[in-house]
Amino acid sequence: MSLSAVFVLDLKGKVLICRNYKGDVDMAEIDHFMPLLMQHDDEGLTCPVMSHGNVHFMWIKHSNLYLVATTNKNSNASLVYSFLYKLVEVFTEYFKELEEESIQDNFVVVYELLDELMDFGFPQTTDSKILQEYITQEGAKLEVAKSKVPTTVTNAVSWRSEGIKYKKNEVFIDVIESINVLVNANGSVMSSDIVGSIKLKTMLSGMPELRLGLNDRVLFALTGRDKGKTVVMEDVKFHQCVRLSRFENDRTISFIPPDGESELMSYRINTHVKPLIWIESIIEKFSHSRVEIMVKAKGQFKKQSVANNVEVRIPVPSDADSPKFKTSTGNAKYVPEKNWVVWTIKSFPGGKEFLMRAHFGLPSVENDELEGKPPITVKFEIPYFTVSGIQVRYMKIIEKSGYQALPWVRYITQSGDYQLRTNM
Amino acid sequence: MQEWANQLCENRQFGSKMTDSKYFTTTKKGEIFELKAELNSDKKEKKKEAVKKVIASMTVGKDVSALFPDVVNCMQTDNLELKKLVYLYLMNYAKSQPDMAIMAVNTFVKDCEDPNPLIRALAVRTMGCIRVDKITEYLCEPLRKCLKDEDPYVRKTAAVCVAKLHDINAQLVEDQGFLDTLKDLISDSNPMVVANAVAALSEIAESHPNSNLLDLNPQTINKLLTALNECTEWGQIFILDCLANYTPRDDRESQSICERVTPRLSHANSAVVLSAVKVLMKFMEMLPKDLDYYGTLLKKLAPPLVTLLSAEPELQYVALRNINLIVQRRPEILKHEMKVFFVKYNDPIYVKLEKLDIMIRLASQANIAQVLAELKEYATEVDVDFVRKAVRAIGRCAIKVEQSAERCVSTLLDLIQTKVNYVVQEAIVVIKDIFRKYPNKYESVIATLCENLDSLDEPEARAAMIWIVGEYAERIDNADELLESFLEGFHDESTQVQLQLLTAIVKLFLKKPTETQELVQQVLSLATQDSDNPDLRDRGYIYWRLLSTDPVAAKEVVLAEKPLISEETDLIEPTLLEELICHIGTLASVYHKPPSAFVEGSRGVQHKRLPGSAGSGESVESPDTGSAPVASEAPPAVIPSQDLLGDLLNLDLTPTTTTGPPPPSSAMQMGAMDLLGGGLDSLLGVDLGGSPAMTAGFGAPPTAGPPSFTAPVSGGLDDLFDLGGGVGMPMGAYVPPKTLWLPAMKAKGLEISGTFGRRAGVVQMEMTLTNKAMSVMTDFAIQFNRNSFGLAPAGPLQVLTPVSPNQSIEAVLPLNTVGPVMKMEPLNNLQVAVKNNIDVFYFSCQYPISMLFVEDGKMERQVFLATWKDIPNENESKFQLNDCHLNADAASSKLQGSNIFTIAKRTVEGQDMLYQSMKLTNGIWVLAELRAQAGNPNYTVSLRCRAPEVSQCVFQSYEAVLKN
Repeated sequence: MSLSAVFVLDLKGKVLICRNYKGDVDMAEIDHFMPLLMQHDDEGLTCPVMSHGNVHFMWIKHSNLYLVATTNKNSNASLVYSFLYKLVEVFTEYFKELEEESIQDNFVVVYELLDELMDFGFPQTTDSKILQEYITQEGAKLEVAKSKVPTTVTNAVSWRSEGIKYKKNEVFIDVIESINVLVNANGSVMSSDIVGSIKLKTMLSGMPELRLGLNDRVLFALTGRDKGKTVVMEDVKFHQCVRLSRFENDRTISFIPPDGESELMSYRINTHVKPLIWIESIIEKFSHSRVEIMVKAKGQFKKQSVANNVEVRIPVPSDADSPKFKTSTGNAKYVPEKNWVVWTIKSFPGGKEFLMRAHFGLPSVENDELEGKPPITVKFEIPYFTVSGIQVRYMKIIEKSGYQALPWVRYITQSGDYQLRTNM
Repeated sequence: MQEWANQLCENRQFGSKMTDSKYFTTTKKGEIFELKAELNSDKKEKKKEAVKKVIASMTVGKDVSALFPDVVNCMQTDNLELKKLVYLYLMNYAKSQPDMAIMAVNTFVKDCEDPNPLIRALAVRTMGCIRVDKITEYLCEPLRKCLKDEDPYVRKTAAVCVAKLHDINAQLVEDQGFLDTLKDLISDSNPMVVANAVAALSEIAESHPNSNLLDLNPQTINKLLTALNECTEWGQIFILDCLANYTPRDDRESQSICERVTPRLSHANSAVVLSAVKVLMKFMEMLPKDLDYYGTLLKKLAPPLVTLLSAEPELQYVALRNINLIVQRRPEILKHEMKVFFVKYNDPIYVKLEKLDIMIRLASQANIAQVLAELKEYATEVDVDFVRKAVRAIGRCAIKVEQSAERCVSTLLDLIQTKVNYVVQEAIVVIKDIFRKYPNKYESVIATLCENLDSLDEPEARAAMIWIVGEYAERIDNADELLESFLEGFHDESTQVQLQLLTAIVKLFLKKPTETQELVQQVLSLATQDSDNPDLRDRGYIYWRLLSTDPVAAKEVVLAEKPLISEETDLIEPTLLEELICHIGTLASVYHKPPSAFVEGSRGVQHKRLPGSAGSGESVESPDTGSAPVASEAPPAVIPSQDLLGDLLNLDLTPTTTTGPPPPSSAMQMGAMDLLGGGLDSLLGVDLGGSPAMTAGFGAPPTAGPPSFTAPVSGGLDDLFDLGGGVGMPMGAYVPPKTLWLPAMKAKGLEISGTFGRRAGVVQMEMTLTNKAMSVMTDFAIQFNRNSFGLAPAGPLQVLTPVSPNQSIEAVLPLNTVGPVMKMEPLNNLQVAVKNNIDVFYFSCQYPISMLFVEDGKMERQVFLATWKDIPNENESKFQLNDCHLNADAASSKLQGSNIFTIAKRTVEGQDMLYQSMKLTNGIWVLAELRAQAGNPNYTVSLRCRAPEVSQCVFQSYEAVLKN
């Protein structure tokens, strides 16, 4: 059903730490992992699942580590990957960085965590905030916690401890929308969607009951309300604190929030969005002599808004040299290790248009290797604005002590996977 | 809270100064000795440091097992951290030191009663991980207490421990009644405990498929659904995976479960979503298609599946592999979502390839323009595997969406102009398929193709090109030159190319006989004389003989019209697809293989199937009265494209075709005629200089023609269910040969061998009694012990004359089935007592259960259908019957002789399926599905019966009847 053992390996495939959960797969099997991975890589067939005999390896890579799960059963693969990513999340929250060093520096805690996160291949408590209540890096602290029963671990509300206190009760709501765009070389938008995320920073005492109101079209239709702009959310995903059946029934988003920062929900909207920053490019390559690039960027959002920290990345051949730039605003920089030019514009008002020209030399003896056709990518942020028009209508906070709490809302739109293919 | 965070930061800073890494640095000599001293130190702090060093050494792979007693001595401590470390050490080394591990037992038992639940849980969790038999005995009592612990944290840990213990000693767990306690925990008030109990039970049930542990009924299902709303994300997965094994009683129950599972689709964890999709995909089968809810459910499935593509790449990969299955099973779900499968530049290659696959599956007239534009874009990428697949995809689109064929062809021509070697080769391979699908439509491109002849170095591309030249030889002026150029290096070519070249030249010859005689002779002699490859040689001889006897017939055979090629290639076989749908989210769904193909010891495990649908007459796995849905979806006479090339020639000869105009039998006659006289020379009118080898070839007896000639041409789907009358001709029940039941040595000289048979509806025991003693034997009598089917002698044993020494007599004893019943092991065991004037002797024998099949065992088709669905899936057993060389019809009539009645027959993709029923004397019905693949001597027999224990015996009868 689930995995047999978990290994953390360094880049060479050496085991840094491991935990055998079921004992049905020989721990020495991990020695086959690295050769297998290299073989797959050589064949150009890298795959997250590999097998050697009747042992299956499911792995992910994080910084300079491989996290590998082994099994010889028909495991639930999506559970295993979710769990491996959860490991990364928990370790990162404990050690700030998850890398070879932090594993070695904290091996005692890593063992403790591995023991608590999973039992006999079944993931158990994986909420790092809760884990931090009874597994800490400082041994001395344990003496205090020792007599405490970890109620949260088995509570129905497994993500929030009791007895949290704040002097000032506040909750900060961030609505962040990322725009994913794929534009063809001829300028037609192949696909575009909005992935929204609502993040909370909760600083509330006790066990508050929260209810979030959005201008959700389905909800408005249900309640017969018919005022103002509404948003159709294609698919919504919630933090486990949200009562899913309640949402399914009457679209109410009700929950007891985890303390501190968390992502409450994410949604996807499939409407056809106009790419907020439109790029037109002409890239001309004169073999053995030069590459000439002309890029025009246009802000296709309302004039009152401003896009900040705009970065346009334009690919150039890997053997290009002697860059020369001319920009109407911002500045351009050649990043040879990435084979691209970055054109940075600190502040880009809506409706404006800017130009950038670049000139590169090419060697007379050309690189034989075929190069891919990387797309132009764009990064930006537009504060106080959401493309979809989603709005937080209210956030009701009810706690039995009856305190008053203030919700704060911020909106921001940013670039997600924003790619424009080129003809180069 | 801020304070707490600061504190944590401080700890971190502290940690960076004094990290655990220091424990790794002690590598000097005498380390073990030093550690030993430190472990036995009086100072707590020093002890703890020492244990940490030991664990550090263990982590880097040093053997520190020598310190076992010293470490165990540190176990009794009130320091939780130290305790955890010692436990960790124990888990690692207990197995290598089983005797010393006992030392730890006392502390474990004590810790299980510690007031701190953390310690109780820790102890019970660790004990379960110590796989030492001696320890497990001591584990039982603490475990029993922990299963009833007041703290849910301890109970949930104990629940998992039962699974651990079961893995070590299943019998012990059963004897101690832990399984029942575990089942009780499904009703626990705490959702985490419920989830772990479900997980543990599922785990145990998986390793013991017949244990019937997870006896799911509406009440337990209700409890699980309630817990589903409250437990952690992981617990939700355990519960959903368990739910997926349940078969609802009717469509209403099915719908109500679906309604309660649907909210899980909004969970942020991809694994929860996929497990929910699994449950829904399975239960949806039972919903009537005209139900509004069915449509609603379909609509609800699409968005979460699309969102899975925003997850981490590995999870995307799992999702895409599953979407590939879902799209095949229910194409309507994602038919409007093509765009989300467009490949992004930074997608990992495994994601790119999977997306491409799904794009082709979703391609339709509505979206083909976009798809083609994308594919063309991909085909100019740099990743070779991806580019190749993209080019292939264009070809597949052309075949799938007729309206786009022209555009596809022109796209392919553009790509050929790029002159990128592997692009050109792939393009030619797919253009050949397009020619197959749309004959005489695009031959104008042949000239362009021919320009690229020289650049083709891959066998598949060369073979494709040769096929094109041969097929369109009459339109290519220099076809003979082109083919001749290939002929030069004939022996260096791969078999694929050689076979293709042979066929192409023969085609050319048949089209332009005057100019190409020399060429055809050359290739025939290369193929027949100079080749060691039997396929090539045989094909060469066949052509030769065909050409030499009757060129007109040869033309009809070789230039026959080709059957259509399939639109959808590499579709997963429907039964496998169903099974994989039941395994959504698991490795099986990623590999697209059934678990039995890659999990050891799971061969006997029952294959999962989707439940039958209610109401609407559409169901795939049960024998259906209408035409088989599988067949009706795909056009008849399709051949999978992967053996296209291989089949190009073969289909002229083999029965895959239903349209091949000249009946192959005529070719047979040609062969025969040839033997009678006509030589090659006379018919071709040229002296081919027949070598001895050749003559030998011609001299072969007529029956030595390729076996495929004699294979029956499958009659398509028409004759599916018309077996009733056709089978006729009962051949009499099978009677196994006599075996020795009682050796003379054991019975003071009396030897009995015998068998059982059913003759004219009467069960008989037929015996040969031989007297190997010195004196005469008389006064025979016989008696049976109680047995499974109440078999008893219907009269006394008739041995009328005394049996003299060395004399054998035959005795036939009619039996009835009204005697006392007792279940025997094996089921068909019969204990017999025989008495004579000397003594009483006992023996036991086994009867073929087929003798108990009664004559009125033929079920009505409708009844059969209903019964089949009605019998739960768990009651089905599958058997493999090897080396059976009968075709389905012969098998059917043979079985009928033994009162195994064929009710329906269906042929899907060359696989014959017989649906059969039989009834035992005690009224038990057994339903069977017999699968036979043409040309494969291995049959699969699936038996469904309300009393599944008879299945094994029934199968033995099948084997006995069919193999004799």
